[in-house]
Amino acid sequence: MLFKDTLTQALAALNSQRLRTVLIILAMSIGVASVNVLTALGESARHYIVHEFESLGTHLVIILPGRTETTGGPPPLFGETPRDLTLEDAEALFRSPHIAAIAPLTIGSAPVSSLGLERETNIFGSTHALRRVRHLSMAQGSFLPNTEVNKAMPVCVIGQTIRQQLFAGKPALGQWLRVNDRRFRVIGVLASEGQSIGVDFDEMVIIPVTQAQALFNTQSLFRILVETYSKEAMDKAVDEIKSIIKERHEGEDDITIITQDSVVGTFDKILTALTLSVSGIAAISLAVAGILVMNVMLVSVTQRTAEIGLLKALGATRGQLHRLFLTEAAFLSLAGAILGLALGQLSIILIQAIYPNFPLKLPGWALISSVTVALLTGLIFGLLPAGRAAKLNPVAALTKR
Amino acid sequence: MITLENIHRYFQVGEQTVHALNNISLTISNGDYVSVMGPSGSGKSTLLNIIALLDQPSSGRYLLNNQDVTQRSDDELARIRRENIGFVFQFFHLIPRLTAAENIEMPMILAGIAAKEREQRVVQALAGVNLLDRADHRPDQLSGGQLQRVAIARAMIMHPEVLLADEPTGNLDSKSGADIIALLEELNRQGVTLMIITHDQTVGNRAQRKVRIVDGQLK
Repeated sequence: MLFKDTLTQALAALNSQRLRTVLIILAMSIGVASVNVLTALGESARHYIVHEFESLGTHLVIILPGRTETTGGPPPLFGETPRDLTLEDAEALFRSPHIAAIAPLTIGSAPVSSLGLERETNIFGSTHALRRVRHLSMAQGSFLPNTEVNKAMPVCVIGQTIRQQLFAGKPALGQWLRVNDRRFRVIGVLASEGQSIGVDFDEMVIIPVTQAQALFNTQSLFRILVETYSKEAMDKAVDEIKSIIKERHEGEDDITIITQDSVVGTFDKILTALTLSVSGIAAISLAVAGILVMNVMLVSVTQRTAEIGLLKALGATRGQLHRLFLTEAAFLSLAGAILGLALGQLSIILIQAIYPNFPLKLPGWALISSVTVALLTGLIFGLLPAGRAAKLNPVAALTKR
Repeated sequence: MITLENIHRYFQVGEQTVHALNNISLTISNGDYVSVMGPSGSGKSTLLNIIALLDQPSSGRYLLNNQDVTQRSDDELARIRRENIGFVFQFFHLIPRLTAAENIEMPMILAGIAAKEREQRVVQALAGVNLLDRADHRPDQLSGGQLQRVAIARAMIMHPEVLLADEPTGNLDSKSGADIIALLEELNRQGVTLMIITHDQTVGNRAQRKVRIVDGQLK
């Protein structure tokens, strides 16, 4: 049987059962579309977050106080160890030749007021090195001055949102801010940074670290941020940091060190797993569509028993009948896959329009693999009905009225 | 030429074994006009199915043009059937979703013949049964007599040597029935071996050779 005729006959058969054909195509398309959309979401999220980290472009090392004993556990968000990270610890790190900058960090929250307006604000205590280590840029004025740590001046740097809320329409530089019962002069306004590793700098007020320690009555540091000279230097720096601190902490290895790589790597793994599982769930719907194809084709074979028997009587071989029914199944899955692609693309465009800040992209491999899987599903689930049709006994089929 | 030697056919019906054909030996020469008559359940249709290569005998030999066609594979039988045997049924058995022309061209599609050639031969076939004006009609738009004529055109489209008819007039009124018999006899005159199964005496008696079958045996 000529290939062209197989195609024509298969199409004619599908055409004569329009409603059924349309429903199957719809089912398949939903399966393909959902796999595509969910894969796009997962992949884009992973890409976005990994990219966010990598765009920091720093050789950033973060030191946290405290350490979990078991391996593989997450570092404690707030130090659980009795031993604090201190400013002296931070200063000691300068002994490492691989470290370019060290920014000690404390955090706290306090009411901040100026000229009659007041709001609760997050306060960062750090040094001038924070600007370099966190790649901050100034919109106005300058960052914290480069003085010795214990000669802290009563100055502060504020974020855009703070500026808008406390100094709307007025110049902020040179104004005095009251934090709790202390006063700080505004010497700089940060440019709008948006969120960066979970910190919204627009909402931040930055003061010298010793002032912050006095304000919040604590000697312990929240973090120490370190920038190394290069990526290669990072490993060496991490080792040196570990040994310096261990020495100072009576031989206890009680800090956690996070490098950009490790964070990126962890997020990468988590998001890949998430994407796979979510896509896997969507793939279930594809499998269901395949089972639907099989079911409907089995019914079709039963209904067309007389026709199949007749074709066999007229001289159709088993192979020809196999090919006919498999072609029908292939058509259904192909049409379903193409419609699913279109639906998926449409949904992605729609979601992108609602969330323009989140770059959505469907990776090419996902597109190709979903179409391939749809086609394979249709063919595999079409095998059983095709086999049934091919093995039909023509006499039995013809004598059925 | 059809030669049956000691053909037996057993069927398993539930727990019983039915001996449908009992030691049938029969020779039909090229160009013969044979009728097979017998009461209901005598094995007429089974005999036809075996001759048509739609069914295999349980034992015995079947020679078609001196070729042994017993115990061949399904696909081989399909090919031999397609090229050598045409058949017409009581209930027409046309494909309802295809037009008359598409029904007639089906054996050619299965044989892998190109579309252009198919078109020409279908036109000829329709002309031969006086149905050119009904080429694009579907079976539900045709009368009984017209349906049977389409079936005959389909049966003859591959120019087989043998034409088998199972109760061809069973579903037709007497006028249409007579037309069909006339058509079949015309084909026989042109050299086609014709074998008609029937329970209608008037039809059966017209044959040049009359074979009677009772309880699976030839009388």
